[in-house]
Amino acid sequence: MANTVWAYIDQFKGVATPASWEAVAVARKLADQLGSGVTAVILGSGVEALAATAFHHGADEALVADDPALADFRGGAYAATLAAAAKSGSPVIILFPTNSRGREVAGMAAIDLNSGVIPDVTDIALEGDQVVATRPVYAGKLLAKVACTARPQLITLRVRAFGKPAVDAGRTGTVTKIAAVADGDKVKVTGYAESEGRLSLTDAGVIVSGGRGTSNNAALQPPADITDEKQKEIWRAQQGFKLIGELAETLGAAVGASRAAVDAGYIPYSHQVGQTGKVVSPDLYIACGISGAIQHQAGMRSSKVIVAINKDAEAPIFKLARYGVVGDLHDIVPALTKVMKERLGK
Amino acid sequence: MKIVVCVKQVPDTAAKVVVDGGVVSWGDAPLVINPWDEYAVEAALQLAEKSGGTVTAISLGGEAAKEALKHALAMGCNDAVLVNDPALADIDTQGAARVLAAAIQKTGDARIAVFGKQAIDGDSGVTAAQTARALGWPALTLAASVSLDGDTLKVERAMEEGRQKAEAPLPAVLSIVKDFGEPRYPSFMGIRKAAKAEIPAWSLADLGVAAPAAAVTWKEILNPPARQVTNEMITGASPDEIAAKLADKIMEEKVL
Repeated sequence: MANTVWAYIDQFKGVATPASWEAVAVARKLADQLGSGVTAVILGSGVEALAATAFHHGADEALVADDPALADFRGGAYAATLAAAAKSGSPVIILFPTNSRGREVAGMAAIDLNSGVIPDVTDIALEGDQVVATRPVYAGKLLAKVACTARPQLITLRVRAFGKPAVDAGRTGTVTKIAAVADGDKVKVTGYAESEGRLSLTDAGVIVSGGRGTSNNAALQPPADITDEKQKEIWRAQQGFKLIGELAETLGAAVGASRAAVDAGYIPYSHQVGQTGKVVSPDLYIACGISGAIQHQAGMRSSKVIVAINKDAEAPIFKLARYGVVGDLHDIVPALTKVMKERLGK
Repeated sequence: MKIVVCVKQVPDTAAKVVVDGGVVSWGDAPLVINPWDEYAVEAALQLAEKSGGTVTAISLGGEAAKEALKHALAMGCNDAVLVNDPALADIDTQGAARVLAAAIQKTGDARIAVFGKQAIDGDSGVTAAQTARALGWPALTLAASVSLDGDTLKVERAMEEGRQKAEAPLPAVLSIVKDFGEPRYPSFMGIRKAAKAEIPAWSLADLGVAAPAAAVTWKEILNPPARQVTNEMITGASPDEIAAKLADKIMEEKVL
């Protein structure tokens, strides 16, 4: 019988994003409940080797479109290729990791397949072959239970919401080549710029974040050529973020920031955690000089262990924190970096 | 050249949103234009200024959504249209995309449709891509910078690994992220103009499309479980002492 649960393997330059294997592992669980198998869909150029890893995580079969026309991610080409495969197969459920590419492919394929997409799901239950998916809405202020009554059900899984997938290096499966359907996509990718390969906030197991408090070390003297008060403030905040960056490097963490810090120009927007930034759920989230506005909490409240360091004992962030330190991040963070280096043997 | 920008009316980010008797409530918090959409309006206005074009703002929603359109007008959009139909009450993203596609087509000669990254209520983040698909136009999503070179749109897309440079011929769909740059404030003249603007409403019959059946339905909406957390404050005589105690706790949690 043909496999009814599919998992889409997201990759960048031939390297699968870790969340892809989470999707395969969830697909395995659903397929076991349905008495079916798992098909991994791998699209790209020079990506066939990913099939073996998909098998290790629970896939039985891999559909591989390995074509230079798919070398760069293009949502239209990827969705058309996936939709063509789905039309000639029998998927009832297709799982994707939630990231920029996963959302786009799933959303476009939902239109091509005349079905529906449920993005950014944190929990799944089966009623027969009907998925009831739980997804945070209003940035996690509420939870919605959602179902897709059309077929296939396209569902993107929130990264890190389903636990670490098990690996069985002895598992194998069959590889089937499929054709790329790339001609219809008029998008042309011309290159890449800036910080490729940086640890992404959503994939990070540990995040160290800074807020407004990064700028308030008045003892720091900006260089004489900075005369503007606003620029002095930004310079001070950057020194604060240097301390945060050193702790992050020690912990193998990504650097986050509050909206206040981003809006004040302390750090680029790509670091923003919150309702209008990234929604993250790391194992450890260390908030430094962040008061914890509702919209920031919405982006990080599902973190496993939250540590808050803030001068203001009344800051709302302490209500979420497992561990709190009332103190100046400029004193506490470098001290913590030093001791963590020792503990971790770095 | 005509540019369309799609905007949505949502509860403010500072709103305390709760479910009360199965109904979503945001108390007396204001409804505002979706914050991401302000960046989309800014991008649309800049494209229009550079190409000598006009910007039409479209919103799908009830009467209240006119406020989002008025904000877009106050920022400088030339005109606005509300797509309002009782049959849209339980619409899903696929349906919204198909209806928006029809509305964009009805404007006549739109060459670019601009969206925000996602709406902060439903948090789906798929409407731009789905509308592009429904239109059969290429999608340049998550654009951090945009330029127009003749009939070619060029963007840098903010992806997890960094920026992807991509381009597509017009007509095309864009979605805009915050890196694009701060949206302008409504001008005094703009606010006056928006206050007086008559915003036409189009029904599904006006668009010539049937009510799309929702593939995705909301079965239940819940308040999230309270975060079960025992607070423990770490104190000490010096930063080093505090850091050592905190490090002990972090190591005990086995999260590294």
